[in-house]
Amino acid sequence: MSDKTIHALYTDDDVLLGAVKQVREKHYHIEEVFTPFPVHGLEKAMGIADTRLAINAFLYGLVGLTVATVMMNYIMIQDWPQNIGGKPSFSYLENMPAFVPIMFELTVFFAAHLMVITFYLRSRLWPFKSAENPDVRTTDDHFLMEIDATGKDIEEMSKFLHDTGAVEIKIIDKDAH
Amino acid sequence: MYKVSSKLKIFAFVLIGLGALLTVGGFLSAPASEDAVREMLANDASHGYGHGSTDTHQVVSHDAHDDAHASNAHGDEHASGHESDHVEHLYHQLANKPWSALYVACFFFFMIALGCTAFYAIQKVAQAGWSPGLFRVMEGISSYLLVGGILMFVLLLATGLGANHIFTWMNPGVAEVGHENYDALVAGKTGFLNVPFWLIRAGAFLVGWNLYRWNIRKFSLKQDEEPEGNVWYKKGFKHSAMFLVFFIVTESIMSWDWIMSFDPHWFSTLFGWYVFASMFVSGITVIALVTIYLKSRGHLEFINDSHIHDLAKFMFGISIFWTYLWFSQFMLIWYSNIPEEVTYFITRIEDYNILFFGMVAINFLFPLLILMNSDFKRVNWFVVTAGIFILLGHYLDIYVMVMPATVGDSWFIGMPEIGSFMLFAGIFLLVIFNTISKAPLLAKGDPFIGESKHFHY
Repeated sequence: MSDKTIHALYTDDDVLLGAVKQVREKHYHIEEVFTPFPVHGLEKAMGIADTRLAINAFLYGLVGLTVATVMMNYIMIQDWPQNIGGKPSFSYLENMPAFVPIMFELTVFFAAHLMVITFYLRSRLWPFKSAENPDVRTTDDHFLMEIDATGKDIEEMSKFLHDTGAVEIKIIDKDAH
Repeated sequence: MYKVSSKLKIFAFVLIGLGALLTVGGFLSAPASEDAVREMLANDASHGYGHGSTDTHQVVSHDAHDDAHASNAHGDEHASGHESDHVEHLYHQLANKPWSALYVACFFFFMIALGCTAFYAIQKVAQAGWSPGLFRVMEGISSYLLVGGILMFVLLLATGLGANHIFTWMNPGVAEVGHENYDALVAGKTGFLNVPFWLIRAGAFLVGWNLYRWNIRKFSLKQDEEPEGNVWYKKGFKHSAMFLVFFIVTESIMSWDWIMSFDPHWFSTLFGWYVFASMFVSGITVIALVTIYLKSRGHLEFINDSHIHDLAKFMFGISIFWTYLWFSQFMLIWYSNIPEEVTYFITRIEDYNILFFGMVAINFLFPLLILMNSDFKRVNWFVVTAGIFILLGHYLDIYVMVMPATVGDSWFIGMPEIGSFMLFAGIFLLVIFNTISKAPLLAKGDPFIGESKHFHY
């Protein structure tokens, strides 16, 4: 038996959200949903596990803080201590307030940039990559739900999806691709 | 309708009674005269606790303190010796202690109400959709503005009339050339910093803030009874916008008058913002705590996790905003190291080290680490824990703003401090819950109430 996938297209994010819930109640397996913009609450409705990006961000921030501390300690204390306004230039701790802005900026810098890079890697995005979305209309005004239909009754499933508000239903035979 | 439980009432009355008792005890235990201080010092010395000249650190810090407060200058007639100066100085500090404690606690609870009023006005002007469900809670907390404002004004009036000497710029003869209290720097500021004008300003600000609070509560209740149109809502919007303009100017001046003038030689241009951040985060924290309390009693059924989450986000964000201002003020003055500016931080770092840096840790690190995680912001006991520490931290913040100028290194958190905190906490609780019980908890007339009910993050 060949692998079959159903593409159900919707034109409204609220309808889509309701449909996702109904489809999951029916225990059909949603493979992916393509939307033209982030739909609030969609990942919860799809039952996707929480993103761990926030934890990464925290860790990246710590890395940035460490880099800033080590860097400023080397530049301003170890390598070339300078007398700036009579501040104690031979102790990082006593001179710390002067370095707080740098520590803060590098914390933010590392957290932000590494988070973006992580996001791209995790989403398998890189320059010149060809788009994965199966229908160009999902970049405009359509929402596409990809459901696994292997071994299911296609007829019944199409009818059910139509009832959830789908405006267009396509059956894709994966072998044909 | 919410009804104040008798348990809460008893708790508030016990706080008031016990607090009043401790406060009075604090006043009674303050030395009555310089002789009493001399006797006390002699007793301390015989117990092996040297409070005076044997401790070099104290001598140094006393000198720094005298520089910072030249208006405390000890006159020529007291030139008999350092010992006598020291006794007189210590006497003034100890006599100031209960008054300062009263002042700090009175201001702290007043500023919670004021911060909450500002938050409320911002919600109105922003036409926020998430918060109308909390309007009655905010109105309740801001109702302390009247009682607290009266208490604050009475305290300021008593101070202005000479009941105590916590403000050195009020010393007699401070602007008279040749007088023993003459202080050239303060003399140059008397055009602004004189008791009558100072009291007039305080009165005008308090009337202005209370006028807004009175009107907006009235409009909010009337809008509930208005089935058609948003007449009162629109009126409230306009009043809130006008109030915010009035507030940010007057709040800034209030912070110079009521707090910064404790150190009349010193000034900081962002002090108004700094005090504002403190009152804003305290106000929001109390909104969150009261909301969680009412919910735990089975009220506010239309308030969900997302509302708590939003309040916790504000607590988190404004705590960091406060730190940003604290650090901006500290770093610039620390770096430039100009003597007349840096004395402010030298007295605090030398005499208040634990409180000064401990308070930053409580107000910054604690909310940062506890409330950073998105899920924790929805867990009530996390929010409550963070909230209690934030309130404690901001009490200490005000404490460290006021005390170094009034009691110097003779600070101690004892009877009058704890007592007056309890006293005003009791009055505060009684007033706010009484107001909350006066009206339905749902501001049903607000045009955004539906959105607030369905608010979902």
